Amino acid sequence: MIQAIAFYLFAGIVVLSAAMTISARNPVHSVLWLILAFFNAAGLMVLAGAEFIAMLLVIVYVGAVAVLFLFVVMMLDIDFTELRAGFVRYLPLGLILAIALATELIIGVGAWSAGGIELSTRIAPIDAAVPNIEAVGRLLYTRYLFVFEAAGLVLLVAMVGAIVLTHRERAGAFRQNVSAQINRRSKDAIRKIDAPIGQGVEL
Amino acid sequence: MIGLNHYLAVGAILFALGVMGIFLNRKNLIVILMSLELILLAVNINLVAFSAFLGDLVGQVFAMFVLTVAAGEAAIGLAILVIYFRGRGSIAVDDPSRMKG
Repeated sequence: MIQAIAFYLFAGIVVLSAAMTISARNPVHSVLWLILAFFNAAGLMVLAGAEFIAMLLVIVYVGAVAVLFLFVVMMLDIDFTELRAGFVRYLPLGLILAIALATELIIGVGAWSAGGIELSTRIAPIDAAVPNIEAVGRLLYTRYLFVFEAAGLVLLVAMVGAIVLTHRERAGAFRQNVSAQINRRSKDAIRKIDAPIGQGVEL
Repeated sequence: MIGLNHYLAVGAILFALGVMGIFLNRKNLIVILMSLELILLAVNINLVAFSAFLGDLVGQVFAMFVLTVAAGEAAIGLAILVIYFRGRGSIAVDDPSRMKG
């Protein structure tokens, strides 16, 4: 009973905040609704018993992606009223398309659950005695080790790509000149002075 | 009792909302990227629901990989958005004059 209440609460808020994300007038509000959607999706996943993915969702999506969106929305000085020009014009088409798509998907789910489909044996059966995060970690570091490393590579490439794309040389900025630093010898830089007592030194 | 179908229905509605967001905000690149995140979230909900209700952990592992790709895609997309804005002073994406090779 309490599970059903929690499910409907989380699911309702996810759908509501997703709708607000795509229809909010102000993109900052859009990002905040998106964060709410992510939190409630994480709640849904906790209900399904996937704690690790739920926590990952909060950390990665809310902590990194949504904050990135927030930074970009607030940093760029964009005239958002002009960008909403086609909103009302495309509303009927978008609404029809979305309703058709959702109906089709739900009908498909109903058809799937009505017929008996024989599934093959489980690759990694869930053991109730092992905690979720431990089971996922074991699977990730044994069977899916190379895929896991490929995921790390994807993140590395994304990081390098983002830096290369947004980096720019600015005129008049002080930068490190490595070759000048290496070519400098100590005899050019250091001067010995026999300083007389009681007098200053001319540098 | 909450079954697999309930989760899949939520995923389907979320997916449709993401597609609708791309349609409605077709000039605003930031909201389009957010709609993409919603679509990937719907995919993740489906993967996790199947994983939980069929008793196979692999779905959760693949949800993690989808999450990784979503994070990379958001970073690259926003980087492209920033340089686009720098060059044009606007992020309206339906200007075809920009695309002449």
